[in-house]
Amino acid sequence: MSVIDLEKAFQDKIDAEIKIEPKDWMPEAYRKTNLRQISQHAHSEIVGMLPEGNWISRAPSLKRKAILIAKVQDEAGHGLYLYSAAETLGTSRDQMVEDLNSGKAKYSSIFNYPTLTWADMGAVGWLVDGAAILNQVMLCRTSYGPYARAMVRICKEESFHQRQGFESLLVLSKGTQAQRDMCQDAINRWWWPSLMMFGPKDSESTNSDQSIKWKIKRKTNDELRQQFVDMIVEQVKLLGMTLPDPNLKWNEERKHYDFGEINWEEFWNVVKGNGPCNKQRLAARNKAHDEGAWVRAAALAYAEKRKNRLKTKAA
Amino acid sequence: MNIQIKKFYYGDIPEENTGGTGNTEKSSGELSWPLWEVFIRSKQGLDHKHAGSLRAADAQMAVENARDVYTRRQEGVSIWVVESKHVHASNPDDAEMFYEPASDKIYRHPTFYDLPDELKHM
Repeated sequence: MSVIDLEKAFQDKIDAEIKIEPKDWMPEAYRKTNLRQISQHAHSEIVGMLPEGNWISRAPSLKRKAILIAKVQDEAGHGLYLYSAAETLGTSRDQMVEDLNSGKAKYSSIFNYPTLTWADMGAVGWLVDGAAILNQVMLCRTSYGPYARAMVRICKEESFHQRQGFESLLVLSKGTQAQRDMCQDAINRWWWPSLMMFGPKDSESTNSDQSIKWKIKRKTNDELRQQFVDMIVEQVKLLGMTLPDPNLKWNEERKHYDFGEINWEEFWNVVKGNGPCNKQRLAARNKAHDEGAWVRAAALAYAEKRKNRLKTKAA
Repeated sequence: MNIQIKKFYYGDIPEENTGGTGNTEKSSGELSWPLWEVFIRSKQGLDHKHAGSLRAADAQMAVENARDVYTRRQEGVSIWVVESKHVHASNPDDAEMFYEPASDKIYRHPTFYDLPDELKHM
């Protein structure tokens, strides 16, 4: 079959909602886009452990500490599911880790913001995980089989993350004035970066919608962002808090909430590595990786030794 | 095909000159842990089902990691791990030749047989 025939057969499969599996023929650009997206997603889970790890030792109660540890552990697991899915496309986990640590690979910019108060743990769970879930629910139907399966597993676990975040804020919102202020302050700081998580406006991109055509993505950035705004505007009322946007207004004609303009200069700055914590995050990852080198080597040496001992016994 | 997707989608930040990492060479020279496939029996009486894969130095570590990664919420009562290099798979390019012969043997299905309605318990 010629490449044109193969591409047609490939697109027909996608159109018929047949999943693409690792050994199937796929266009090189499809492989690369999936590889980039899945590995970035994996890196985001791994780096995402850092802002929350910051509060494990300072959680206000044993219950909150246990919850936070479980959540961070989930994120390590999610990173692993995704690294495994990416490995089916012909790279190795070590290569991906190396690309993350060298700064070559990207991860979600949201994790370059600092977690300043305990209320940030609630806001991250509610807003950041809430935004991520909208993307992840969509990705459960993505066209690449291993990615879709990883997402199904992740979505099952992720719902706890968002719920614990909201519940934690709900407790603060019923607390003392200082606690309510802390809650509002966290929402004020996380609201705009959460909206930025959805990426540039659809009108900003001039290139083709190949990812949509290949059903890697099924919704555009703006569609997902609008869905998020509509959802959060209702939820924040239950907290008795406000969102820091004077332009938030129900639009009867669109049947959606209108909202203010995102600070795109800040967005691009953080993407390009100049966010508040970019350097700190990468340094933390590199430190952990370097300090773990002897553990990885020792585990291999031990496995080798045991294998040889078994061989000697058998002989 | 040489399409470069540069559109910036949520969850996919374009990188300059690259569509991700295709290369499996490790520049540090450190040896990699082998890849393992994980199978989980969710409860007694059911088959072990493929759950995913992971990296581990040996089988024991693979089972322990699988416990931590794939059964944090009581998803399983038994775990199998197999080093991925030992899995042999059929080739999707041969699918037609491989599975097609079964499609014209409809007499292998119970619905192929036209029987009177009065016939009971069959």
